[in-house]
Amino acid sequence: MAATQEKTKKNYLTAIREALDEEMERNPDMICLGEDIGLLGGAFGVTEGLMSKFGTHRVYDMPISEAAIVGVGVGACLNGKTVMAEMQFIDFISCGFDQIVNNLATYHYRTAGEVAMPMVIRGPAGGYGGGALYHSQMNEAWFAHSPGIKVVCPSTPFDAKGLMKAALRDKNPVLYFELKQLYRWSAIDEVLPDEDYEVPIGKAAIRREGRDVTIITYGQNVYHCLDAAKKLEEDNIDAEVIDLRSLVPLDEAAIVQSLQKTSRAIVVNEAPRTCGFAGEIVARISETAFQYLDAPVLRVTRMDTPVPWAHSLERYVLPSVEKIAEAARSVCRF
Amino acid sequence: MAKQANVKLAASPAQLEQFYREMLQIRRFEEKCNQVYRAGKAGGYLHVYIGMEATAVGWLDAIRKGYDYIIAAYRDHAFPLLLGSDPVATMAEIMGRKGGMSAGKGGSMHLYDYERGFFGGWGIVGGHTPLGAGLAFAAKYRGEDRITLCFLGDGAANAGVFFETLNMAGLWDLPVIFIIENNEFAMGTRIEYHAADTELWKRGLPFGIESERLDGMDVLKVREDAKRIVDWVRKNQRPYVVEVMNYRFAGHGAADNDQSLYRTQEEVEKAKQRDPIALLEAYIRANNVMTEEKMEAIQAECEDWAERVTEEADASPHPDPAEVYDHVYTDLMPEEGH
Repeated sequence: MAATQEKTKKNYLTAIREALDEEMERNPDMICLGEDIGLLGGAFGVTEGLMSKFGTHRVYDMPISEAAIVGVGVGACLNGKTVMAEMQFIDFISCGFDQIVNNLATYHYRTAGEVAMPMVIRGPAGGYGGGALYHSQMNEAWFAHSPGIKVVCPSTPFDAKGLMKAALRDKNPVLYFELKQLYRWSAIDEVLPDEDYEVPIGKAAIRREGRDVTIITYGQNVYHCLDAAKKLEEDNIDAEVIDLRSLVPLDEAAIVQSLQKTSRAIVVNEAPRTCGFAGEIVARISETAFQYLDAPVLRVTRMDTPVPWAHSLERYVLPSVEKIAEAARSVCRF
Repeated sequence: MAKQANVKLAASPAQLEQFYREMLQIRRFEEKCNQVYRAGKAGGYLHVYIGMEATAVGWLDAIRKGYDYIIAAYRDHAFPLLLGSDPVATMAEIMGRKGGMSAGKGGSMHLYDYERGFFGGWGIVGGHTPLGAGLAFAAKYRGEDRITLCFLGDGAANAGVFFETLNMAGLWDLPVIFIIENNEFAMGTRIEYHAADTELWKRGLPFGIESERLDGMDVLKVREDAKRIVDWVRKNQRPYVVEVMNYRFAGHGAADNDQSLYRTQEEVEKAKQRDPIALLEAYIRANNVMTEEKMEAIQAECEDWAERVTEEADASPHPDPAEVYDHVYTDLMPEEGH
């Protein structure tokens, strides 16, 4: 029998780990900081094996001190290190907020470009997992609102790896939002390229082409949107789904191009509605693509509530396939 | 020769029975929590108190329940049970039901009972410690002699906000006791790897706060120490830091990673030799406080109790989505979205 080399499909979590592993290999100046990331391999296992492979002088089990994890990372960047800092849950990032939005985000600017800040802060984000108020949030807007920081949010294993590599090679601080519900969701497993690759920061991906309405989203909501698009076929609505992948910088061209075709759009994300990043996208569309619109742009977001613990309530406040489909129908009826 | 008459018990037979019952109830309740979690009836993240029962039982016995204040981290199920909160409402909250103390909105890590002075479990490590100081501040400001117990873990003892809190508590003479439950692990990271000085009781010293390291496994010793310190804090209106040495027999959470990554089975077995329930049983037997039949009867009672509580909680309906906007604000509803 011919030895056909069967390629193994990999999950989202493995993709992130591979990127970290390969970049640690490639860049001897890179270090990893985080709670339980060494011996335990991380709360979810993302950093499994890194400490035994690269040693305790490059992979650090940190005390529960988010401000110091970020702040020490900033200091290390000042001295030529590339730093990956893990927040055990992205919700805990608020404990290190000052270090990020004041110290990390502004240093390049205040040194008139002399000092770069190659730091990636990453952590498990998002709801749908029953994590309740402090283990379910998407707080990407806080950082998109802080000039000096790039913000990315991959939805596939391929992007997870490619964006992590790009982020770790970027000279700017990058906030990397990974979705914990996607970590081991085998439905999205895929074969990753053998060769080194990057997914460029600032480039959106069209996940589904369509003529009638553009659904703009990112993160795990991509899958809710794709399911909604399928549902919309029954109504003879042909939806296009754009996965932004990067929020800062934002691929405005991809949005505008799609709108030239569809003239209708909805924006979907799981952060709260008021002042969420969805609002920013609607504003950009209003500023640059108004002339193509045949209907107001609608948002499908988390309701403006904390994330409740009860399963039934959590599902209710987050975007669902049904809510997305209904919003799309509504703009198509306009 | 006088024999038995000379033995002075560390607590009255009635108290010993109470401690025994309370520890058993917590243990059985927590086992039920693990079961409902595994059955998919409690979501997300859930952390049990198995192995640490003596600490909560001893300390809460030393306070004026319902008058003094308590605030804790996310391993919080024992506190409402000991304060006399409805156990069915506690389990129902853990299961995310309408009958829960927060109507299913808070969950396992965020239990609370305002009426009984329990201001919550808190899900972000260390973040609740200034709230403990604030509770003590309010009581002192009003001229009351309430004291506050602020429970935190060894991992939280490294959080910056805890140091800021200690400074203020020391500066303002706040009647708060910070109880660092040192179970030796910040999740999966052993204390030697997360704390520069593993004697966490010393955290209070730079701030002029009375500080001690105490045992957390022998409920009688815990209760004796707690009584002494609670009385001191109430009388002197000053803060206190204690490091209580205990050990969690369970994993960090109900869905723990492989525990062998951070500790050995031998180590767990060794710690279990000082199982707080077994220690009390040994004391009871050695002093002939209860018959074997009586102990078995209490065990069976606690078992039935946990079973019944879980069944009743499970009968509580799931929350109605129509309630989801309730209580975001006191006086307005967020604008309805899609």
